[in-house]
Parts: sequence; C-alpha cells; structure tokens
Amino acid sequence: YCLSGHPTLPCNVLKFKSTTIMLDCGLDTTSVLNFLPLPLVHSPRLSKLPGWISKDGSINLEKELKECAGRVFVDSQPEFCLPERELLDLSTIDVILISNYHCMMALPYITEHTGFTGTVYATEPTLQIGRRELVNFMERVPKAQSATCWKNKEIQRMLPGPLKDAVDVWTWKRCYSMQEVNSALSKVQLVGYSQKVELFGAVQVSPLSSGYSLGSSNWIIQSHHEKVSYVSGSSLLTTHPQPMDQSSLKNSDVLILTGLTQMPTANPDGMLGEFCSNLAMTIRAGGNVLVPCYSSGVIYDLLECLYQFIESANLGTTPFYFISPVANSSLEFSQIFAEWLCHNKQTKVYLPEPPFPHAELIQTNKLKHYPSIHGDFSSEFRQPCVVFTGHPSLRFGDVVHFMELWGKSSLNTVIFTEPDFSYLDALAPYQPLAMKCVYCPIDTRLNFHQVSKLLKEVQPLHVVCPEQYTQPPLTQSHRSDLMLELQPPPMPYKRCSVLNLPFRRRYERVYILPELANSLVPSEVKPGVSVATVSAVLQSKDNKHTLQSVPKAPPVAPSKKRKRVMEEPPVTMAPKPLLSGVVPLEAFLATLQKHGITEVKVEETADGHILHLQAEDTLIQLEEDGTHIVCDNNEPLRATLRDLVLRFLQKL
Amino acid sequence: FQKELKPPQCTVEPQQSAATRLRIDPLLVHVHQFIVQLKLDHGLHCGVVRAVLTLQEVHQDLGLADSVFRDETEEAPQAVQKPVDKTNGHTLFSISVFPIQGAGQDVGRSCVLVSIGGKNIMMDCGMHMGYNDDRRFPDFSYITQNGRLTDFLDCVIISHFHLDHCGALPYMSEMVGYDGPIYMTHPTKAICPILLEDFRKITVDKKGETNFFTSQMIKDCMKKVIPLNLHQTVQVDDELEIKAYYAGHVLGAAMVHIKVGSESVVYTGDYNMTPDRHLGAAWIDKCRPDILISESTYATTIRDSKRCRERDFLKKVHESIERGGKVLIPVFALGRAQELCILLETFWERMNLKAPIYFSTGLTEKANHYYKLFITWTNQKIRKTFVQRNMFEFKHIKAFDRSYADNPGPMVVFATPGMLHAGQSLQIFKKWAGNDKNMVIMPGYCVQGTIGHKILNGQRKLEMEGRSTLDVKLQVEYMSFSAHADAKGIMQLIRMAEPRNMLLVHGEAAKMEFLKGKIEQEFSIDCYMPANGETTAVMTNPSVPVDISLNLLKREMVLGGPLPDPKKPRTMHGTLIMKENSLKLVSSEQALKELGLNEHQLRFTCRVQLQDPHSDSDTLHRIYTHLKSVLKDYTIQHLPDGTVMVESIVIKVSSSAEDANAKVLLLSWSYQVLPSEVAGGYVVEHRVQACIEDDERHGNSSGVVDGSPDGAVLDDLQALKKVQEVNHMVWQEAEQCDGQDGVDDPHSLLSCLGADHGNAFGCQRVAHHDDNGGHQGAKNQADYTVCGYTVAM
Repeated sequence: YCLSGHPTLPCNVLKFKSTTIMLDCGLDTTSVLNFLPLPLVHSPRLSKLPGWISKDGSINLEKELKECAGRVFVDSQPEFCLPERELLDLSTIDVILISNYHCMMALPYITEHTGFTGTVYATEPTLQIGRRELVNFMERVPKAQSATCWKNKEIQRMLPGPLKDAVDVWTWKRCYSMQEVNSALSKVQLVGYSQKVELFGAVQVSPLSSGYSLGSSNWIIQSHHEKVSYVSGSSLLTTHPQPMDQSSLKNSDVLILTGLTQMPTANPDGMLGEFCSNLAMTIRAGGNVLVPCYSSGVIYDLLECLYQFIESANLGTTPFYFISPVANSSLEFSQIFAEWLCHNKQTKVYLPEPPFPHAELIQTNKLKHYPSIHGDFSSEFRQPCVVFTGHPSLRFGDVVHFMELWGKSSLNTVIFTEPDFSYLDALAPYQPLAMKCVYCPIDTRLNFHQVSKLLKEVQPLHVVCPEQYTQPPLTQSHRSDLMLELQPPPMPYKRCSVLNLPFRRRYERVYILPELANSLVPSEVKPGVSVATVSAVLQSKDNKHTLQSVPKAPPVAPSKKRKRVMEEPPVTMAPKPLLSGVVPLEAFLATLQKHGITEVKVEETADGHILHLQAEDTLIQLEEDGTHIVCDNNEPLRATLRDLVLRFLQKL
Repeated sequence: FQKELKPPQCTVEPQQSAATRLRIDPLLVHVHQFIVQLKLDHGLHCGVVRAVLTLQEVHQDLGLADSVFRDETEEAPQAVQKPVDKTNGHTLFSISVFPIQGAGQDVGRSCVLVSIGGKNIMMDCGMHMGYNDDRRFPDFSYITQNGRLTDFLDCVIISHFHLDHCGALPYMSEMVGYDGPIYMTHPTKAICPILLEDFRKITVDKKGETNFFTSQMIKDCMKKVIPLNLHQTVQVDDELEIKAYYAGHVLGAAMVHIKVGSESVVYTGDYNMTPDRHLGAAWIDKCRPDILISESTYATTIRDSKRCRERDFLKKVHESIERGGKVLIPVFALGRAQELCILLETFWERMNLKAPIYFSTGLTEKANHYYKLFITWTNQKIRKTFVQRNMFEFKHIKAFDRSYADNPGPMVVFATPGMLHAGQSLQIFKKWAGNDKNMVIMPGYCVQGTIGHKILNGQRKLEMEGRSTLDVKLQVEYMSFSAHADAKGIMQLIRMAEPRNMLLVHGEAAKMEFLKGKIEQEFSIDCYMPANGETTAVMTNPSVPVDISLNLLKREMVLGGPLPDPKKPRTMHGTLIMKENSLKLVSSEQALKELGLNEHQLRFTCRVQLQDPHSDSDTLHRIYTHLKSVLKDYTIQHLPDGTVMVESIVIKVSSSAEDANAKVLLLSWSYQVLPSEVAGGYVVEHRVQACIEDDERHGNSSGVVDGSPDGAVLDDLQALKKVQEVNHMVWQEAEQCDGQDGVDDPHSLLSCLGADHGNAFGCQRVAHHDDNGGHQGAKNQADYTVCGYTVAM
C-alpha cells in the first residue's frame, strides 16, 4: 500500500504474514510552498500584498489569498499534505519502521487520533534527531488564523496554478502540537543496527546502516523463508555516518526502493566546492550569506567542510551563526553518537576527541549558536556573517526574517543546500529580490548509477519502487540514464496504489521437539534422501509452531469430583498411507510359496499379471501402479496377502 | 571434521569393533545439529555422536549409541566425557564451560571458555592482580595443547575494561598469538588500551619487569578488536551469533548472549542490577539461554540500601575532614571513581565544604572526557540533562600532583589503582599510613595478595619490598561500592533471562555454594560452580528446526479452527524428507511428487451373493437408502455411475447372467494403515446382507417363498457373530499394526472406519461421536450393529 506520493518522503504499508508494517512516515511538506511566509517580526511588505480577486470579480478571497509577483499564495498557517488515510485502516498497523529522521515527520498524524496501538521502531539517533526536528518544525510554525474558503472545490477550480492543481487540499492538516509529538515519540522503541526484532513471532525485522545520516537505516523484514528489504535514503558516499551495509541486503525476494537522490545531476562534492567558493566570494565583497537548512544532517558536513576552508580562505574573523531552537542540542548530540559514526570519527572518539570538528569551531568562538534571533543574538550579531537557519522552504522559521532583511541588497547571497524544495518556488513570495541566489543542493542519497550497481550486487528477485523512478524526470525526458532499468522491470507504485508482491510463501518453520525427533524412523528411498512419516500434535503459539509427539492417553483415573467432565483423549486421524514402489512378480511368488500358497496360476495382462490362487479361489492383480486383491470371505488369508504385498512397498 | 561429515553418507571406523564399518545415517547429516565437534588439538579433532536415530537392521547388533571418532592421529582424545545412553539413543547435546584458572571459584580474574555447538568462545581474558609472576596470566597452553590459539578459538569477547577482565588480552593475542576476532563495546575499546598501557608502565617502567607486553603490542591487539553495539546481533560466522546487553557495571560494560543454532549461553561479565548515579541497571530480555554464566562476587551479600551506604560514606569522609585528616580513596580510574566523584561533588556543593578533592593525574581528565563522549552509555538522567549541564565537568575536583600529598590540612584524594597494589595510591598510602587521623576507604573488592586485601583483613604490619615493614595506623574502612550484583541482583537476572541452567563463576567457593542452593531451590534449575580448570558440560536438548510446507500447515490450521484448543490437541501427519542438509516436512502426497515416486494402489474386493428380484439399480438404491438409515454418522453417496460409496468403500451391484435374481455385490476398499478396511469392509458387507434379507422379508411378508423366519434369525445370529469376530480381529490387528508401523494409537480404531482423507473433519466428528476410546469403542460398534438388526426385524 502506498500512502505517499513523494518518492523521498515515503509512507508505505506492507502486509506480510499477518503483520501490518508501515515503512516510514514521510510528510510531504512541499505543500507549504503554496502559503505565504510567516514572519517572526511584522513585515510591512508581506502585509501590503494585494489580495486575490478572480478576473471576473465573482470570487473575492482577499482575506485568504494574496498575490505576489504574479503568483497566488494562501495567507494562513501552513498546512501539509498528509499520507493517505483512507486506503486502509490505520489502527490495524502493528509496527512502524522509521528509516531516518526526515521520514518521520508525519508520525504524530499517524499515531495520534487514528486508533494506532502499535510500536514504532527507530534507532537512537533517529529518535533524538527526529525529536528535535519535530519540535523545531512544530515550534517554527506559529499559530495563526487558517484559511479554508479556498479549499472549496468550485473556488479551487478557478484559482491560478499551482494552487489549482494541488491534490486533496481538504485533507491538508495543520501542524501538530507538542503534546502530540511527545505522545507519538513515546511509542518509539529503540533498536540498534542489525538487532533482530521479533514481531509476533511471525517475522523478524532488523535495521541496517544506510549510510545517509546519523542512525539512518534500511530495514530487512524476513521470515525463515522470505526476505523483503526496504531501502530508503541510502548513501554510498563517505560522509559522517556509518557506511551502508550492503551485504545483508543480499538474497531478498523483494526489494522496496525509495529515497533516491532528488538531484541526480548534481554531484555532492562539486556542490560543496561551489558552496564554499560562493560563500567566500560574498563575504569578501562585504555581503552576508544565508544558508537555509535543517538543523541536523548535511549541516554537519557543511561545518566540517568549512572548518577546513575557513583558514585557507582567510575567513577566520567572519562570524558563523547557527540559529535554531535546537541548535545547541543538535551540535551536542552529534558528538555522542560514536557508535553510529564512520570509522574515522570513531577512532577520534577513542583518543578521546570529539568526533566532529564543529566542537573546535564553537570553542574558538567561530561558530555561535542561538535558539532564535531574539535574545542574545540581536546584541552579538555582527555583519558580514554567515547564517545557518531554517526552515529550508523559506516559509517559516528565522530564515523568513533574514530573507526580508537581506533580500533587498545584491551584496548578500542565499545559498540553498537542501534538495527538498525547488528554490524558485521557495523564493517566489519574496520577489522581486535583489539578493543573489545560489543553488547547490547537496543530496548524498543514491543516484541511479549507484543504484544499478547496488542492485547488481545484491541481486533481489523483484524490485518495487515509486513510479517516478521508472521514467526520466519530466524536465529531462531524454536522459534515459535517470531512470531505473532492470530485468525483470521494477514494479512501479504511486500514491494510493496497492501492489501484490510477487512471491509465494511455500514453507514455514516448525520445531520438532527432541522427544518426537527421537521417535522418528527414517528410511532411505534414494541415495541421500530419507523419509520418515511424522504423526504429531501441532502446537501453534505466538506464530511459532512446534510438533510434539502424540500424548499417550492418560489413564482414566477415577475422579473424585463427579462433575468433572472426563477429558476426551486426543482425537487422532489415521493418515491415508501412501504406498509406493512395485511388487516384483518373481519375488512375490517366492514369498507366497514360503507362506504355503503354492497353487498359483499366473496370467499376463496388458498392465501386469493376474495371479489366481486356485486353492483359495482368490485373484491378485499385480500392476505397475496398483495391486488388487479379490478375495471372498476369507479374512485371515486376505490379511496375510496384504502383509505380503506391503513387504514390497514403501509407506509414506 | 565438519567438512568430512558433510556428504550424506559417511563411513567411520568405530572404536570398539574396529572391523565393522558404521554407516552414519543421513539424518545425522544435519551435522551441526547432531554432532558436536571439538577441535581438541592441532590436527586432532573429535566429534561425539550424540544421536543414533536409525539403527538399520544390519547395524543393530553393534549397539553403538555413541562412539568417539578420530581422524588419522592415534592419540587418545582428551577427556571428552559424556553420559552414554545406549538403550534408546537419546539426542544429547552439550555446552561445556571451562573456566581457565582464576575464573572459577576465585575473584582474581575472569577467563571462561565456552564450547557450544562446536564453537569455542573465550569470554574475557583477565589478569590476576595478586601475582607478580607468570601466574598473572591465564595458562593458554592448557587449552591449546601447544596448538595455535587462532585455530582453537572462534572468537574472544571482552565484557568490560577492568584489567581483571581484559588485562591478559595483549598477552594472549600478541605473545601467545591469536588472530581471530575480539569483540568489545565501543567504550571498552576506547578505554581498555589506556588502562593496559597504564598498567604496563607501572609494571615495566617502574618495577623494571621484562617479559611483559609492549605498547606496540597493545596497539596491535586493539586492531583486532571489532566494536560491538548494544543489542546488535553480530554474526561471527554462519552459525555463531552474539548480542550484547547493557550490564551497568562500568561504562561500556556488557553482558553477551551467544547463540549457535538453537543452543545459547549468556555470559554476564560483571553487572549491576541497581541503577546508580551515573549508570543504569543491567537489563536482558527473556532470551531463555541454556546456560547463564553469572559472576558471583557478592554471592551472599544482600547490601543495604544504596542511600544508606552513600550516607555512611559521606559521613566518614566528613568526619575525617573535620578532624583535619586526609582521606585516601583508592579507585580504578574509571567506573566507581566517577560515581564517587559525583557523590562528593554534590555533597561538597550542598555542605559548602572547602577542603580540596584531588583526583590522581593521568587518567582523570581523559576519563571524564570519555564519559562525556559516551554519554549514551550512562543513565537516563544524565543523558537527558547533558546538553544543559554535563555531570562529568566537576567544579570541586582538581587534578592531583605528587607534591600535594605532603600538604598540610585535610584533603580527599582519589588515587589509582584501586587495590593498593602499585602506583600512586600505594605511594600515598605509604606516606599517610602512619597517621591515625588519616583514613583509607576501600570502595571495592580487593584481590588476595594485594595490600588492599591485607589491610582489609586487619593486618597492621605490612612487609614491604626491601624487607622494611610498614605500620598501618590510619583508619581502614571498607565500603562496598563496587557495582556488582548482589545475591538479590543475581536472582533478579535469573528471573529476567529464565535460563535452563545456571553457572556461577568469579566468586568465592563457600559463598557460591550458598547461592547455588538458593538458586536451585527457588528456580528449580541446575546450578553449577566449576573450579578453575574444571569443565562443566551441560546437556541441552534442542528442538530440530524443520521447514513445513505452508499448504500442510494451513490445512492443519484450518482444521484446528482459529483458536487452538489446549484441551483437544490435534494430530497432523506428514512426511519428513531428509535431503542433504535440509529437513522438510510436507504432506505425503507432496512427498511422493517431490521424490518422483509412483503411488501404488492396493485395493481389496469382496463379493457378496444375494437374492433379490429387483433390477440392479433398484437393488443398489435400496441398499443405499437402507444404509443411509442405519449408518447415520457416515457419508454415504449414491454416485451416478451405479455405485454407492460408504466413506471410501465402494459398493457395486451386478447380476449374474443365468439368474437375474442372484445378485453379486462387489465391495471394494483401499488399503489403510490401520485395518479400517477390514472393519469397514465387513461391517458394510454384513449390513448390506442384513438389509437385503430384511428387505426380502418385508417384500414377501404375505406369501412365504423360502426364507423361514428361523433361518433368518440364524443368519442374523451368524452375521452378528461374524461381526464380533471381525471386530475382535480388527482389534488384534490394530495392535499388531501398531507394533509394525510405530503408529501408536489404538484410539483411531473406529475413526478409521470413517477414514476419509478428503474430509478429515467429518472423520474427526465421527470418531468423536461413538468413541469413548479404544477397545470399548470396538464393542460399541458391535452393539450398534446388533441394534441395527433388531430394528430391522
């Protein structure tokens, strides 16, 4: 079941062996681009924007819709496009597996108010960073009035794009509250890489390092005979997190592939270089640099890169500011997850030194962090400077303030590093803009080239991926290298589609208790192949099956309590015995003779022989695949014959 | 050896009768499950056959329930002892635990060797602090018999960084030579080399000892270490799996769960069940290991509440400071030290005390730094608040300099090492020992032979090196702050993990004995306490994992209904196919198909002659209606092709050519394991006869043809007798068959009458209805038939 149309912010549900597993809980935040930015300080420019009136003047939504540089924006608290909630009953979900902190933003929507009673599994960094991102996200979104009129279907139809084309606007929801965040996160259970978690005894899930961010993971969902791999947001590049674990993905029946790079054409290393040079250029020219970013993730790499760059570029005196309600804890937390870091960083911890160089930047006062632009920051603020702040959509958070502040000067530069939002769309409400804009998206997730290499390596039987990956991007339709080409072709899905995964379960694991195992009598039917007939009591408990030997009927003890109903002995069904083999004529005749049956007339037929035991007036038909004994009213004889025939046959 | 056994057939010379070859049955092919191999020595391997499941006819007289196999070498295998069970070839599995000197009933050091499912795992590799000679390190030649350690061990696991658990590691890996994997947690990996280096300096540089590992060796040794995360399942090789749990003894201390196939062992290392100021409590899930190997340092102590101890400690320190004394607290740099620092720090802050607290140099700062970086390994509270205030940044505690020891006035000094056996703590102790105002507080256990141990035992005159003696005048206090589990904690852990066997190590014999008794009494599990160098073999009895065809399983599940009924266990039947290394359980039909075998039909036919004037089809129909009225509990079908089916018994009618009234009834049924055919055939046969006769009588009630009533009665009686006879015979045959087929179930006697394979549910119901069990049931059936007659007449 696919509940989200966004390939990098997936939300899928997998039904596997009576368990319902939600894979990731991504929140499609691109919807916020349709809203006006929410300034922290009153912005005269934004409040003076003209309202929108349809051309014929029939619809007047001045209060709700504002026009800026030819585009219409909703003037309200931003709302988000939620994962689909109608496709299946969310209360039936047993577990949610979170692969990285970007993919858990919709968690409160799923776990709260849907009757969800399951567990959420995530790694510790994912939880800690995710909690910060959620809080960050939530606190940045101020509570203002909400607009609903424009959502009316009739009206929406009249609106200019992209509002007109927005889907399911009625289901768009406002941000959650702190209480909901806490309640959602209290359902999280921590797991470590390659920890095997049993779900109801039926399936085993375990996270694997995916190399994308701190604690990011791919998941393996397997039973004894089937294996489904879920790959989401993985990276083969060497950055700070632990490298990707590829070998464990091998031998999958199905591999669900999501979270590939959103910028298949941009090389992260090149972008990083561009980022540094643009930054240096602006500073030298006396301008300010604004970097809209999330509060964790790529920023660690940016800071590490800058740490080396600062000296060589003579930026030693330029202040760097990191403004976010969680800036401090983000920087602190990054230092304590040694287990989740790459080898180089781990060895640093053994020395012991902080794994990330931003500790030194902070110590030397080159990097300062503030919870918001209010308070200390306003007094210590010096220009020209570099500011890292969020949210990357430029719709809310401290970044809105800096956009308004620096937007008018062409000396300043805004550098986009997060790939989640189109920078043109993000900038739209700030037009006209004098500030320079540089777009160097850094997306370390797998690109198509790496994916095909990876898939060659791990050899899954089937690949399932969002439909976006099966065709080249719309804007570059000639780039056939920007799509997945596989044999067999991947199974595409889109929002609201339900796929049947192409594998059949054929075997299940049972455990034969030692007592029963001892009682088995195997016989060899072919060299190296033995068979034994098993009659046992099947016990199924917690989806684990065990075979016990059939209990002997307990001796019926005269019970003192009269009311006690005598327990019935276990009911046994006789198995239909299957016989196999052929009765060889000569040997059979010889055996008959041994048992005193001498007068035998043998007749040959098309399929075999008919034996006429004259003295006993009994016929035996011997054929390739059957034996027929015709015998009247002579039970002992029949039994003897039966036993003789059986001697030549194998029972199964 | 394992490789040698891989082919499905294997011929080995048995020890006793060298002339006969013993064939190992393919069931044994499931090698790792059935044969536990031991690499005993270089080039000498030994596998003990634990199970003899098949004794084919020719081999039966050998009576080889177990035999020791050897390869080329003629040396006798070392003491591989196991119970011999020749009578029924029980499947016996064992895990043996072998504490190498010092790990058994002694607290000196830990080094335990576990053999499980053919894997040898060394747990901890400790050094004995009480010795200064070769006895300090475990004697590895003891286990290797001069072979290479790498060949013998599959992996080494270090539980935490205390030297009595990891001190001999460089000695083992570099000097004895071991290149296999060594596992430890991240903090242990970080801290352990520092402690080792520190210890090396003391012994080599200060005491001038040779024959000790070098700095380079420590580094090389650390390169072999693979870091372990909590709860991460590490696959050491295809079969061996380890998983670490939080132990709470020191930073990074872990308990390890080791699993090979379905056998498992938990080794606790040192652990602590009560959370303290900086560490959380040990935790383990209900993993039900075959053996739980627990330390038992405080086997008999049930310590008073922690708060009391802390108050006591603070009171003693405070009193001493008040009267101007100096307090020496010998500690290990990491672990208790931090706990006590936090305690004193908060106390100083609260009481606004001014006396200096020092922490002996070297490790201090670094140690605290480790705590900061590995904050995820501390307890919940510290983790939550570390962003605001890091607990390991102390205000009152300063670094110590040697010259401070002679400073006048009160002070508190934490000095390493903790057992006063060397280094700074010993130096300070010597300086302060003469003054009775001073105090030494031993916050942890002291190994025999150390000065710490001596003064704790009340010794007041100490012989020092160079024949001088030292009078001990200062107060000696012992406060158990070691984060070891006490008796209560050990019991708590047993409750958590639910082991099948318990094994105590790392404790004192007498105390362990006491605890052993308690454990056996409370949990009724076996508890072992091996001495040093003694091997404990624990038999395990694992189940055999088998792949069952889903079709078969689903069929069973459907029959059993959605909810299993514990009162009515149901039996399933299937065929186990053993092929190479796999065990598959499938339905018999599928087995035939998979093995490419033809089914062989065995049918029986019986002719019954009777007189009936009606046409063939009428006769059949009448038989049908009659049977239907009599045999109410059976499925009776009238098929369009002119046959009547009673369950699986086919009845056909044909008339002879000469006499249209002389009908021949053909009764035909197929072979069943249990003689239902007999019963079925005959019962129906007689029913049919009765029915026809009855019919005749009815039909000819007005005019008598030839059947006299007497004759009819006689006939009936005969029939009755016959039925009884048949039933009796059936009974006997059932018994017989049981013996033959190994299918031991007399109760299915009646149900077999209705043994319809297509509709097993119906059959179950049938059996239910008239069966009260076994023999009795057979009689019932006979009675029933009689009833039928009576009614008919």
